[in-house]
Amino acid sequence: MSSDFLPLARALMPEATLILGALIALAIDLIAGRNSTNEQRLRTAATLGSFAIVVALYHTLRNGALGPVYGGVFLFDRFAVATRIGVLVLAQLAIVLASGTSKVRNAAEYIAIMLLATSGLLVMAAAQQLLIAFLGLELASLSLYILAGFDKSRRESAEAGLKYFLLGAMSAAFLLFGFSLLYGLTGSIELSIIARQLASQPMTPLLVVALVMILVAFGFKTAAAPFHLWAPDVYQGAPAASAALIASASKLAGLTLFARLLWAGFWPAAGSAARMDILPGWVPVVAVIALASLLVGNIGALAQTNVRRLLAYSAIAHAGALLLGLLATRRAGPGPLFYYAATYGLATVGAFGVIGAIERQGRCEQISDLAGLHRRSPLLALCLFVFVLSLAGIPPLAGFFGKFGVFAAALELNGLGGYIGWLTMLAILLSAVALYYYLTMLKQALVLPPASDATPIKVSGEAAAALLLAAALLIVLGIFPSAVLRLI
Amino acid sequence: MNALPCTIYVSFLGAVLAWAAGRLSAMAARWIALVTAITGLGLALHAASGFVSGPGLQTLVDSAWIPEVGVRYHLAADGISLTLIVLTGLAATAGILFSWNIEQRVGDFFALYLALIGGVYGVFLSADAFVFFVFYEIAIVPKYFLIANWGSTNREYGAMKLVLYSFAGSSLVLAGLLWAYAISPVHSFALSDLAAAATHFTVGQQIGIFAFVFFGFAVLAGLFPFHTWAPTGHVAAPTGASMLLAGVVMKLGAYGCLRVAMATFPAGLAFWQPTIAWLAIIGILYAGLIALVQDDFKFVIGYSSVSHMGFVLLGLAAANVQAISGAVLQMFSHGVIAGLLFAVVGRMVYERTHTRQLADLRTMPLHRLLPFAALTFVLAGMASMGMPGFSGFPAELAILIGTWKTSPLWATCAAAGVLVAAAFTLRVIHLSFFGTTDHSHSHVVAHTPHPMPRITWPERLGALLLVGATVFIGLKPDHLLAWITPALQSPIFQAMMHGGAQ
Repeated sequence: MSSDFLPLARALMPEATLILGALIALAIDLIAGRNSTNEQRLRTAATLGSFAIVVALYHTLRNGALGPVYGGVFLFDRFAVATRIGVLVLAQLAIVLASGTSKVRNAAEYIAIMLLATSGLLVMAAAQQLLIAFLGLELASLSLYILAGFDKSRRESAEAGLKYFLLGAMSAAFLLFGFSLLYGLTGSIELSIIARQLASQPMTPLLVVALVMILVAFGFKTAAAPFHLWAPDVYQGAPAASAALIASASKLAGLTLFARLLWAGFWPAAGSAARMDILPGWVPVVAVIALASLLVGNIGALAQTNVRRLLAYSAIAHAGALLLGLLATRRAGPGPLFYYAATYGLATVGAFGVIGAIERQGRCEQISDLAGLHRRSPLLALCLFVFVLSLAGIPPLAGFFGKFGVFAAALELNGLGGYIGWLTMLAILLSAVALYYYLTMLKQALVLPPASDATPIKVSGEAAAALLLAAALLIVLGIFPSAVLRLI
Repeated sequence: MNALPCTIYVSFLGAVLAWAAGRLSAMAARWIALVTAITGLGLALHAASGFVSGPGLQTLVDSAWIPEVGVRYHLAADGISLTLIVLTGLAATAGILFSWNIEQRVGDFFALYLALIGGVYGVFLSADAFVFFVFYEIAIVPKYFLIANWGSTNREYGAMKLVLYSFAGSSLVLAGLLWAYAISPVHSFALSDLAAAATHFTVGQQIGIFAFVFFGFAVLAGLFPFHTWAPTGHVAAPTGASMLLAGVVMKLGAYGCLRVAMATFPAGLAFWQPTIAWLAIIGILYAGLIALVQDDFKFVIGYSSVSHMGFVLLGLAAANVQAISGAVLQMFSHGVIAGLLFAVVGRMVYERTHTRQLADLRTMPLHRLLPFAALTFVLAGMASMGMPGFSGFPAELAILIGTWKTSPLWATCAAAGVLVAAAFTLRVIHLSFFGTTDHSHSHVVAHTPHPMPRITWPERLGALLLVGATVFIGLKPDHLLAWITPALQSPIFQAMMHGGAQ
């Protein structure tokens, strides 16, 4: 391993910027924040945070695809760079929404932890070695646990934080155990060496145990069934901006990390489910997880009356489709998977932003709390319309091409000649089920009259700008998907 | 001809403008919508005036769109698509005239309406399966909001049912198309490339793909037993939307069946032909008989639409030049006539009497109270029955003659449907407009205390437009057949008919 620190420092400039930004935000709040109101402190911190993210984005774009760095510990290929850009954009939106919608106390800490979480996600996107992967994952996860439980005035937030932490810690334990077994089997934590070693090994029971443990952590990170149980509670209890970050950027980085681990590191143990005779490996297991997520997510969402729980179940259903994209990554490249995860993240951030904006002035728990949104705030209603229809996969919004690309890639594996093909067909048909529950949301927001005690909603300027930007991105990227696909 | 793609862009632009204008003034939104629709119709007629039909599609636009998956933005037209584009222009204009009295959220209404129209134009012009599908889905969502917001009876149920049926159908289409794309050696969604690739598929694959795509589209075309969304949806919809739904949107399904399913996967057609034909015949007879016993005026028209669309599907299934020409002509004819019928029922009569129950209407001498409505409805009813001199006659005749060539049995069974159509149309004309004022049955409504509001000029204009179209085509069907028949000589359609017909 050649240890040349200069390229490493250059490559990790974005992370460094974010951490520096977090420290400055804390310091300024400590010095100057004593006498100002909570709102001003939040605004100052969010401005600093946004600035840090913009600088990080600049460094990311300037660095471009550097290739392997620091002896291959990090790999900055186009996929990693695209993911890092996506994570930064989503985190930026979440921070702006946080300043425009949330009422949390200790605002500077909130923004600082969001920045730390983002830097963890950036590390995950480029990790090419088990230890770095685990470090990035834990930095991001620990920050996200705190963010979920940050709203000290609500019991649900505490519940969300605790649940997320307990289950997350357990999944981290599984992941670490899996990694250690893998290290024992192959003698390395470098993905390329692991792949070479695994290629010359048969499928031993120990390897199976290691892979299963890693997949458990993966399922947890992407909220895939049957490891989804935390998602509804966390989405319901966490502050809107935290939930937005958990549901979008964290999922995108998680998928990139695991796509890399599984395909670059463990491909010799992939097996296959693209034919009728299954080869044992992790692919069939992921296919089963995808099936379970599609069913649990879509059917579970039908029974929801709470907006955030509805979004959580829809997230589980989307996880199922994303896993299909992961399975097709080797053949089709990471383009469809990345496009889906990034645009799904945009729509989810937007949806949580709308919820946050409504909550600032009242309640937004039950779906019926959305009633009459078109009169209370035409802007929010219009944005929600775009976000929800993108989640439902209606063209010309980005959600449609996301699904389309992933399904096309999955079917190209082997047509309907194997289980993955049929799974894809099921996923396509389940999108009609999904439209039903998305329309129940839109029915409340756009058709029904507002409740008698409902007041018009004032949306702060920055929240409005962020929501409109997300909506515009969904439309533009939906019409010109090549703009994203070309990045990869 | 080259201006045809502008119909799409003008409609979407009009949608945005109408939405913005609706924030300021309702009247502005109405006029923007009307001008947009007339522009669309004008573009269509302008293209039609210089149109020389030939075999095959004439490319209008063809540029790379998403090269990563082999999607091209390819718009093209032939005589069949041109027929339907003219129909769309007519139905859109008339529908806006009949929606002139919408008072609530006017801007939103016309924005959704024009977005739907834009999607419809797009479908009729697409020559790439991906583009086709995108426009097809764009046309689905506005329907929900049009019905759920501005509809009447049971509107939320009707809207949700309609949209879920449409969307489930379109999922089937997507599944079928992706399957075909995945196993085709060329990385392309162009309909011609898919058709070329399909010749290398196994027969089993073609049969499977055809089933997904055809039945997915057939849901929207109202094929029995997937038609149940149509009556409830049409009845729940506001007048302008039911005119569009029955007039144009059901044609999207039939057009998809013809252009995508049948033309691309002819071996599948050969397998499914009898099934489709019998389902179509059952639809004709079953929906006709149900229409015969309805108590609600609008349900009669709703079921009559299903019955008439059965003729379209039967014509397609018969798969010879005459039957398919008739089917396309019937699409045009039914689009005009169904629009007219829904306009009379939903706008002229219901908005004035506030009832659609035939028993109540019977007690009102509507032919004296609303002579214009009565005249329009009688004309539309005769056209709908297939009387000579109206467009329904040449269309159904061509379908029946064409079907006879494929199978006399099918033609005989379907001909019975013409009689049923005459029966339910005459019954409903009699009950609704020429009821008795016999005082032994009289209700409170019989002595309508307030005089009915006069028929307004937008209604007269809209009715005139549609009656004019059906009479014109009834007297000169060659005008459209001269576009449609040459288009069916293209190699793709010829291959379909020879692979499809026994």
